[in-house]
Parts: sequence; C-alpha cells; structure tokens
Amino acid sequence: MSSEPRTVLSVEGLHAGYGHVAVVRGIDMRVAEGELVTLIGANGAGKSTLLKALVGLVPPSAGTVRFLGEDITRMRPERAVRAGLALVPEGRMLFGPMSVEENLELGAQVTDRTQTVGSLERVFDLFPVLAERRSQTAATLSGGEQQMLAVARALMARPRLLLLDEPSLGLAPKVIKEIFGALRKLKDEGLTILLVEQDARLALKHSDRGYVMRTGSIALAGDAADLLEDDDVRLIYLGAWRGEGESS
Amino acid sequence: MGGTELLQFVLAGLKNGSIYALVALGFTLIYAATGVINFAQGEFYMLGGMLSVWAYADLGLPLPLAGLVGVAATAAVGGVFELGAIRQRKDGDPLALIVITVGGSMVLSSMARHLFGPNERPLPLFSGGGSVSVFGAVLEVQTIWILGLTALAVVGLWYLYNRTGLGRAMRACAVNRDAARIVGIDTRLMVTVSFLLAAALGALAGLAVTPLTQTAFDVGPTVGIKGFAAAILGGLGNPIAAVVGGLVLGMLESVSIAFISSTYKDAIALIVLLAVLFMRPQGILGRSSREKV
Repeated sequence: MSSEPRTVLSVEGLHAGYGHVAVVRGIDMRVAEGELVTLIGANGAGKSTLLKALVGLVPPSAGTVRFLGEDITRMRPERAVRAGLALVPEGRMLFGPMSVEENLELGAQVTDRTQTVGSLERVFDLFPVLAERRSQTAATLSGGEQQMLAVARALMARPRLLLLDEPSLGLAPKVIKEIFGALRKLKDEGLTILLVEQDARLALKHSDRGYVMRTGSIALAGDAADLLEDDDVRLIYLGAWRGEGESS
Repeated sequence: MGGTELLQFVLAGLKNGSIYALVALGFTLIYAATGVINFAQGEFYMLGGMLSVWAYADLGLPLPLAGLVGVAATAAVGGVFELGAIRQRKDGDPLALIVITVGGSMVLSSMARHLFGPNERPLPLFSGGGSVSVFGAVLEVQTIWILGLTALAVVGLWYLYNRTGLGRAMRACAVNRDAARIVGIDTRLMVTVSFLLAAALGALAGLAVTPLTQTAFDVGPTVGIKGFAAAILGGLGNPIAAVVGGLVLGMLESVSIAFISSTYKDAIALIVLLAVLFMRPQGILGRSSREKV
C-alpha cells in the first residue's frame, strides 16, 4: 500500500438501539475504498443493529457516521441509498409476491433509468440463475437464489458501499461458495464491502480486515490474516467467548 | 319470484355493491400502506357528495365541474389529514393511528355540519331521470353512471398499481416497509398518496350516489361500516378482493331484501362482518396467514 486509499466510511462513537436499550455502544470503525471488511461477533453482539444504524433503519442515538466525507448520521434509509449505501438486510427482505425482475427494478429506482438495463446485465452476469428466474416471483425461489436476488437488488442501486448482513445464513455450502465468489468478484471490480457474518472463518478468509464486536462495541480489530490466528477469535469460531456472551 | 324481479334485485345489489367496493378500496389502500384501518373513510364518502353539492349549488359551477371539484377537494382533505394528523404520530403505532382516524372522522362530520348545515342536500341526476329496460328489469341511468364510474376507477387503479412506477412502489411498501425504504422508496410519501387516493375513491362513491339519495353530514359512518365489512369480507389489503367483497355484500343485502325483509338490510353488513371475523378472518380471497419474505 503505497498511497493511502480514500476513506469510504468512518464511524465514531456510534450508539444505537431500540427504545431505551442501546445495542450498539460506542463503535469506532473505518472502511477504505476497495476494501472488504468483515464484522464478526457472537449472536446479539449488535452487528445487525450497527448495519441498520448505518443506513438509518435504526436511528443512532449518539456518534457520527461519515460516508465519503459527508455526515450521514440519522439520514433516512431512502436517502442513504441515494448517497450510495446499499444494504443486503438480515432475512433478505425481498418483495415476495413480486417477480425477480420487479425486485431488481425496485432496487434500481434510485438510479437513472438509462442505467437499469446495464445494471440488469451486470447482476445477471454475476448470478446467471436470476436471469432464468426473472419472471418468477421472489417467494418461489430457493433460499440460495433469494440471497442472490437480495445481493443483486442492492447492486442495482449502483452503491459505493455494499453492506451485507449474514449472507451465508441457512444456505448450503455450495451456494455459500457461489455467493462469496460473487463478493470476491465485486471486490476485484473495486466495490467497497462491509460484511457481517456468523461464519467468521469463511468471512475473514475473503476479507482484508476485520472487526470483532462484543456486546455492542469493538473488542478487536486488525488484518483478517492476523485475526484468523488470534486465540480469542478462534474461540468465537466455536461459538464460545469465555462465557461472556451470557452476561450481556 | 320471477326472473325479472330477481334481475331487479341483482341490479340493485350491483349498484350498492359498487359503492361499497369503492369505499372498501379506500380501506384497503390505506391498510396496505400503513397497516391501519382508517375509520374516517366514510367521511370521505360524505365529503365527496357534500363538497360536490357545495360546488354545484353554492358556487354555481356546472355539474361535471362541480363533481370534479368535490372529488379533488376531498382528495386534498385526505392528503391534509394524513400530513397534519397521521404523519405527526412519528412511531406509526397502529392503535394510536386508529384512534386518530376515529377522531378525524368526528372532526370531519362536525365540520361538515357546521359549514353545510344539518339538512339533507340534493344533487341533480347526472343525465336526467331516464331509465332503460334490461330484460324487463328497470335500470336507472344514474345507476349506469354509478357502475361505469366504479368500473373506470377500478381499471384506473389497476393500471396505477400494475403499470406505473408509483404503483410498484406502493405495492413494495405494502409487502415490506423496511425493504421499501432501503431500496429508496419514500414510504411516508406512499402513505400520503394512499390517503389521497382513498379519499378520492370514497368521494367518487359519494358523488355518484348523492343524486339518488341526497347527502347529509351524518351519512359517513353507515357507508363506512359497510365498506369496512366489504373490505374484510374480501380480505384486507388486496384491491381485487375489496371489489369482490363490495359486490358480494351488495348482493347479500339485495337478496336479504328479496327473501327476508328490508328491515334487516343494514344489519346484513354487520352480520357479514362478524361472520367473516369469526370464521375466516383472512377474507374470502385472503391467504391463511400474512407471510413476509
């Protein structure tokens, strides 16, 4: 790394939660242009809430989120996606009764209409099965295809930063491989990606850097290769964090 | 009962049914956007007739223009009601919103009484008092207007829903609000649009019926409850089901007049409402559960 890459996302002291319960408590993190950064941590550590807070689905109660230099803290989600932040949400949140094509077109509605055809070609190139299923409703797709559609729908917005929440959840190893292959390809094309993943080993293998989240804050940060060697992180792979998960 | 008589009841059922269908569509549109039953829906029906009468009789506008003003003004009232009352409830808590619509309904009918008086007010028939004979049954020209305007509104709404970007955004919003937001749909705007449309549909029904029944400040709740029953009967949230529910309810009322007594006509909607809620809460066209993908 000779020249310092541009910062895409910087988060400082971010707090967010539901009602009076702060799930995210003072997060500092940074994602540079072209990076694939993974956020790992046990269930309930606040990873999903953090992603939701970044796009404005959960309003932050304190701290700042800067995106490409612009303060986007508390920006509404429909504005955030226009600014260039696209979320592949937990549970995919597809438009089930609508066709694959309609889902994709809805994803593209923040872009100029002339771009839609090109965007469609791009995502069909990435996930050819979606082209075969284009007139089928999203609800009739298999789990893996639904996840691909969720990623593709986010890409239709032509984001500068792609946020993914547990893209491997509940999927067969073969499908997971395909999705991570696609993420790899997107990264190689220069897309900046922030990934939340339960399968820490898999995610870190594909990432440049990682953050380990524990009960709402960052417990550990570093290069993905170093984190893979870290004893504490190795324990998370087994689903145990020295019993501290229970105390939260 | 002869075939001609039966046909007469069917025509009457269709006429009332299409009015219920328009009101039910209003319930369904707002329910799809907000998850809330709008108890002010009947007042939109009342205002449609009342504001048209006002534009015709008080402002002296020609009837077609007066009707247009009545519907447009009611749509505006619906939009203002959403912006001024519904949207102010920031967390969108359904129970709170329902109470707001109940309050809104009272405010609207009280205002109508204050501005337009307590008496019934008439509107001329759209194209005279003629009638045509359909296989021996009498079909009033105004009824043809009612059926035609309803059909036009349904087709227009279908086109909006299925063939336009706005309609697609509205459907997306109905499927999953958070998903709609993250793809960039302004869900608050969709709620406002739903109120505008629901008010316009209710107003159209009120406008079309007033030449036959006259209107008054207090006609809203009765039609509101029937439109609500029709929406529930069809299955809330589905526009086609609302139309079917409206027509079925109209027919049931008509049949009850034919075979039981007209005394019980207004009770039919309530009986239907209760029966559906007890036995098939998802409505005749609804699916057994509201799944979200």
